[in-house]
Amino acid sequence: MTGDRTHPLLWAVTGLVLTYLAVPSLLVVVMSFSGGLFLEFPPRTLSVRWYQAYWSSGSWRDATVRSFEVACVVTMLATSLGTLASIALVRLTVPGRSALRALMVSPIVVPTIVLSIGLYSVYARWRLIGTAAGLVLAHTVLALPFVVLNVTAVLYKLDRSLERAARSLGAGPLRTFTQVMLPLLWPGIASGAIFAFLISFDEIVIAMFVSGSNPTLPKLMFDGIRYELNPVVAAVSSQLIIVTSLALLGSAWLRRQTDRTRG
Amino acid sequence: MRPRSSWGQALVLVGPALILLVTVYLYPLAWLLVLSLTGGADGVVGFGAYGRFLESSVYLGVLLRTFRISLVVTAVCLVMAYPVSYVLSRAGSLTLRVVMVFVLLPLWTSILVRTYAWMVLLQANGLLNNLLRRLHVIDEPLRLMYNEAGVVIGMAQVLLPFAILPVFASLRNIDPRLHAAARVMGAGPWRRFRSVTLPLSLPGVAAAGLLVFVQALGFFIIPALLGGSRVITLAMVIETQVVDLLDWSLASSMAMVLLVVTVVLVVGFDRLLGLDKVWV
Repeated sequence: MTGDRTHPLLWAVTGLVLTYLAVPSLLVVVMSFSGGLFLEFPPRTLSVRWYQAYWSSGSWRDATVRSFEVACVVTMLATSLGTLASIALVRLTVPGRSALRALMVSPIVVPTIVLSIGLYSVYARWRLIGTAAGLVLAHTVLALPFVVLNVTAVLYKLDRSLERAARSLGAGPLRTFTQVMLPLLWPGIASGAIFAFLISFDEIVIAMFVSGSNPTLPKLMFDGIRYELNPVVAAVSSQLIIVTSLALLGSAWLRRQTDRTRG
Repeated sequence: MRPRSSWGQALVLVGPALILLVTVYLYPLAWLLVLSLTGGADGVVGFGAYGRFLESSVYLGVLLRTFRISLVVTAVCLVMAYPVSYVLSRAGSLTLRVVMVFVLLPLWTSILVRTYAWMVLLQANGLLNNLLRRLHVIDEPLRLMYNEAGVVIGMAQVLLPFAILPVFASLRNIDPRLHAAARVMGAGPWRRFRSVTLPLSLPGVAAAGLLVFVQALGFFIIPALLGGSRVITLAMVIETQVVDLLDWSLASSMAMVLLVVTVVLVVGFDRLLGLDKVWV
C-alpha cells in the first residue's frame, strides 16, 4: 500500500500470535524425544523410546491401521458421492437446489456432540456400534461438505462450452463426464479428498461413542491423555504432524498445478 | 438438455449422497428430537425434559458457563485475529505465504495433539510454571489448568485460524483507492483506519465472530481435558447423561437446545449478512 508502513508494534503482536499458534505443535515434537518417564520440557535426556513403544505395541498398531482403513474408505465414498452431487447442484436445474446445497454443507455447523449421541442411539439398534461400517458412514457425513465446497468451487469456474462441445461432437453424458469434466475437475476433487481423509483420520467425538471396543487412533490417544499423560501420545502426535504437513504440501502443490493449467 | 432427462440425471447424481444424509444424519437428529419429547419416566409426550433442563439451576449454570466461555473465546480470538489479518492484508506475497503456513498448519494438527501439548505446558510443574519460578516471578505454581482460563487458552488457539481467515479476506477486499482518497482529503493514518478500514472490515469481523462462537458452543474435547471436572460445559453434560446416567431424554433435550441455538445463529447471520463471506 502506498507509503504507509506497517507499525513495528503490529509486527510484534503478529509475531506473538503466530508463536501462540505454533507452540503446541512444536513442543510436542521436542517432547516426544524425551528419555524420562514423565513428559518434561526441555527433556533432560533424549531417546526414541516412545517411538519404539508405539511401533512395538499391538493396540497402537491396530488402532492406527483401523483409522487408516476407515479414512481411506471415507475418502473414496465422500469424494465420489460429493463430486456427483456437486455436478447436479451446479449444472442441472434441480428443484430446491439451494436447500439441497445447504443440506450437504450443513454438517459443518452441527455440533459433533449432538450428531454423536444421535448416531450412538440409532447405531445401537442397528448393531453398528464397534463396526468399521458405522464409523465410515458417520465420517463420510462429516467429510461430504468439504468435498462439495471444493468441487463446486472448481465447477463454477469451469467453462461450460467444453461440455457442450463434447456433447455436440457426439459424446454421451458418461463419456463427457469421464473424458472432459473429470480431468478438469480433478484438482478440486483431489483437495476435497485430502480434506476428507484428514477429517476422518482425526475425528474423535463420534469415534468415542461409536467405535466401541475397537478404538480408532484418536480414541486411543484421548484415553492416553485423559487418564494419564502417556508419553507415547507425544510420539504418535509428532508422526501425525509430519504426515499432515506432507499432505498439506501435497495439496498446495495441487493448487499450483491448477493455477498453472488455468493460466 | 431436455428438462425431462434432467430430473432423472439429478436423481442419479444427488441420490446416493441424499440417501446417506437421510439415514445417518437427518434420521439420528430427528430421533433425538423424538427422544427429547418422549422417553421420560412417565412416558408422556411433552416438554418435560426441557423443563428439567432449563429449570434446574445446575444445568442452567452449565448453559451460562458454556455461553460465557464461548463469548470470551470469541473476544480473545477477534482481538488476536485483527492485528494479524491487518498485517497480512498489507504484506508482500512472500510474507503472506510464510504467515499463512503458520495460520493454516495448526488447522490440520489434531486438536488432541495440541490439547496434549497445552496440558504438558500448563500443568502445575509444567513448562510455564517452571519458567516463571526460575525467573522468580512466582513462588507458588499458578493454576493455569482445570479452570476456565486453561479452557480459553486451549480453545482460542484451536479457533483462531477460523477468525483470521474471514477478517483477512474482508481487509484484503478493501479497494486501496479508498485509502488514497482519504489521504488526499487530509486524513491521517488513525483517521483513515477509523473511517475507512474498520467500518469496511466489520462484516468480516462479524463472520469470524459467528464462526468461532458457534464452534465454541459445541466444543467437547478441550473443556473435558483442560477443564476437567471443574469446568463442565454443555457438551460434557450431554456426554455424562448419555454414557453414565443413561438419561436419554435429558441429554437429547440439551442436544436439541444446542442444535437450535447453533442453527438459528447461522441461518440468522446468513439472512442478515450472507454466509458467502465466510467461505472465503
